[in-house]
Amino acid sequence: MSVPLSWYLLLSAVLFALGVVGFLIKRNLITVFMSIELMLNAVNLSFVTFAHQWHAVKGQIFVFFVMMVAAAEAAVGLAIIIAVFRARATLAVDRIDLMKL
Amino acid sequence: MHLILFIVFAVFCLAGAVNLLLQTHPINSALSLIVVMTSLAVLYLLLGAEFLAAAQVIVYAGAIMVLFTFVVMLLNAGREERTLGSRAATVVGFPAVVALLAVLATVILHTPSLAGAVFGDNLSNEPGKTNLDQLSTVLFTKLLLPFEVTSVLILIAILGAVALARHDDGERAAGE
Repeated sequence: MSVPLSWYLLLSAVLFALGVVGFLIKRNLITVFMSIELMLNAVNLSFVTFAHQWHAVKGQIFVFFVMMVAAAEAAVGLAIIIAVFRARATLAVDRIDLMKL
Repeated sequence: MHLILFIVFAVFCLAGAVNLLLQTHPINSALSLIVVMTSLAVLYLLLGAEFLAAAQVIVYAGAIMVLFTFVVMLLNAGREERTLGSRAATVVGFPAVVALLAVLATVILHTPSLAGAVFGDNLSNEPGKTNLDQLSTVLFTKLLLPFEVTSVLILIAILGAVALARHDDGERAAGE
């Protein structure tokens, strides 16, 4: 029994869309950051699917590098969140509006 | 078997992602994100990417999510307040998401050459050559320089995180 690869790609597209929706509706800085991680994961799934389709090792290597960069990005991003919380004592994105016009 | 596993873990993935959006407490969102990432690891396994499945569990579900829950607890983040959200999000954002999803789904469903995923379909079907063999051969010969540069990137990220998250008192003490 085989699964069409388009189902994997559709799942990846839906996960990405859910990540974007989360980015738009969530009002907590940490949850917004989690939605970004969700989008990264969705794209990784389509990389792995295409690597499977074309028997190309490059796709999997790309996912490996994305994971390492995501680890670095998560560390720096969370450090920035801690710094923002220290400066403004809130995590609500509506109240962090110093640069808003 | 493949179909059943795919459906079960795809449903887990979507349920986790939807739950991430519906929960108001960040710690619940973090836990549902762990569900999403672990189910994605199983899907990688179904697609014949064993190493990436292991790395997904260790790096994403392990290290990154521990960092997230640690920060949630450190900052004592409570329930988020429901607000109306920004007007730009409702006017531009949601139609854009719907359009993006529609375009992607149309393209994916009209691609004729996509095969089916079956078990044991490796990157190269030579006997005795596993996926991990191929991955590591390319990673440590052709792409050795990017691999080493990434380790430098992680080192810089650690230093940057420490410098950013350091308390002001510590900064003053270091300056004196």
